Amino acid sequence: MTEDIRSLTARLAEEPSSLAFLELGEALRRRGQLDAAYKVARGGLGRYPALADAHDLMARILGDQGDLAGAFDAWVEALRFDPMRIGALKGIGFLYFRAGDVGAALDHLHRAAEIDPDDASIAQALARIRADAGAPAPAPGINGGPAPHALAPELSETPSTEKAEPGLMLVDSNGLRLKGSLRSPRNEEVGDRVAAELAGVSKEASRTSRLLGLGAWQSIAVESAEGNLYLVAPTPETLLLTVRDPALPMAQLGLIAERAAKEAREWLEQHG
Amino acid sequence: MAGTARMTAADVALERVTQVPGVRGSLLISATDGLVVAERLMDGIDGRAIAALAANLVLRLGRATVGAGLQSPRFVHLRGNAGSVLAAPGTDDLVLVALVGLDANLGLARLEMLDAVGRVS
Repeated sequence: MTEDIRSLTARLAEEPSSLAFLELGEALRRRGQLDAAYKVARGGLGRYPALADAHDLMARILGDQGDLAGAFDAWVEALRFDPMRIGALKGIGFLYFRAGDVGAALDHLHRAAEIDPDDASIAQALARIRADAGAPAPAPGINGGPAPHALAPELSETPSTEKAEPGLMLVDSNGLRLKGSLRSPRNEEVGDRVAAELAGVSKEASRTSRLLGLGAWQSIAVESAEGNLYLVAPTPETLLLTVRDPALPMAQLGLIAERAAKEAREWLEQHG
Repeated sequence: MAGTARMTAADVALERVTQVPGVRGSLLISATDGLVVAERLMDGIDGRAIAALAANLVLRLGRATVGAGLQSPRFVHLRGNAGSVLAAPGTDDLVLVALVGLDANLGLARLEMLDAVGRVS
């Protein structure tokens, strides 16, 4: 293996534009030399940003490094350039399963199985997920609350703010909490404090987006080591904050937030 | 001399980020005063405006994140319907900011920015 890495490194040095980076990056990843693998993959991606193999490689490396959000994004990119890419479908399926979203995991693995019905690893993964479907979700949600599999927070079905799902909060333009709650990782109620900090964010985002020629603002995603935040504006006067465990890919958090915003608009119409 | 070395590292970092497809420009700003430390932007883009606006937004979001009992943000993505602003706060009050179009490779831009801000902070 060391010899392989040497020869691949030499090949890449002789011909930097070759695709040898794919083999070299994978060889380094398999040896656990993740930093070196990452550098090789990043260099290759710089040269071949539209190559699905390169994004797939990067996703595997990031996954091994524990950057699951980055791995998810890289696999999404791989699928953008090659919708039939089985490795990316399996990878995303795994991440959905890890995040507790069994339905999305099965969906991606079924697509992979349709592309290659003879791949035994897909059948095994499907069987395992089906067997575990009734078990507790493997990745706990932020604050020890519900796991990220709570895909569509049902705002309209929770008539009081006290009963609303933790980690989901609707705030008005004055920074006052309209609905929902938020608890810190130390289980303190921090909803009102955060709501106050969010006062004016919507206006600030509108101003920034407009002045920089980005049109109307759609969302703000904030990554933090202990949790990710996602902000959308259900109406011009309100802001919806969704907070989830960082294990949940940001793209999926965005979907949760969009669905919750729809619920919030309905709730606001009812209570307007 | 130290300042010269830092600017060189900043320029290298900005160059890498700007090479990502779809990135219109990138700049290193001071979060607290919203001033430009270094920039690499396409013609016609006002770095001072980006710095001031991005700094304000990052500070507000940082306060909200810390208020939620979480660590300070490591990456922020403001998405508009015609493009995005990406921000990677580093240490020493520095924030790496990029202005990107709808066609941008966001995953790669994020990786480059997180790597770059670690090198210049």
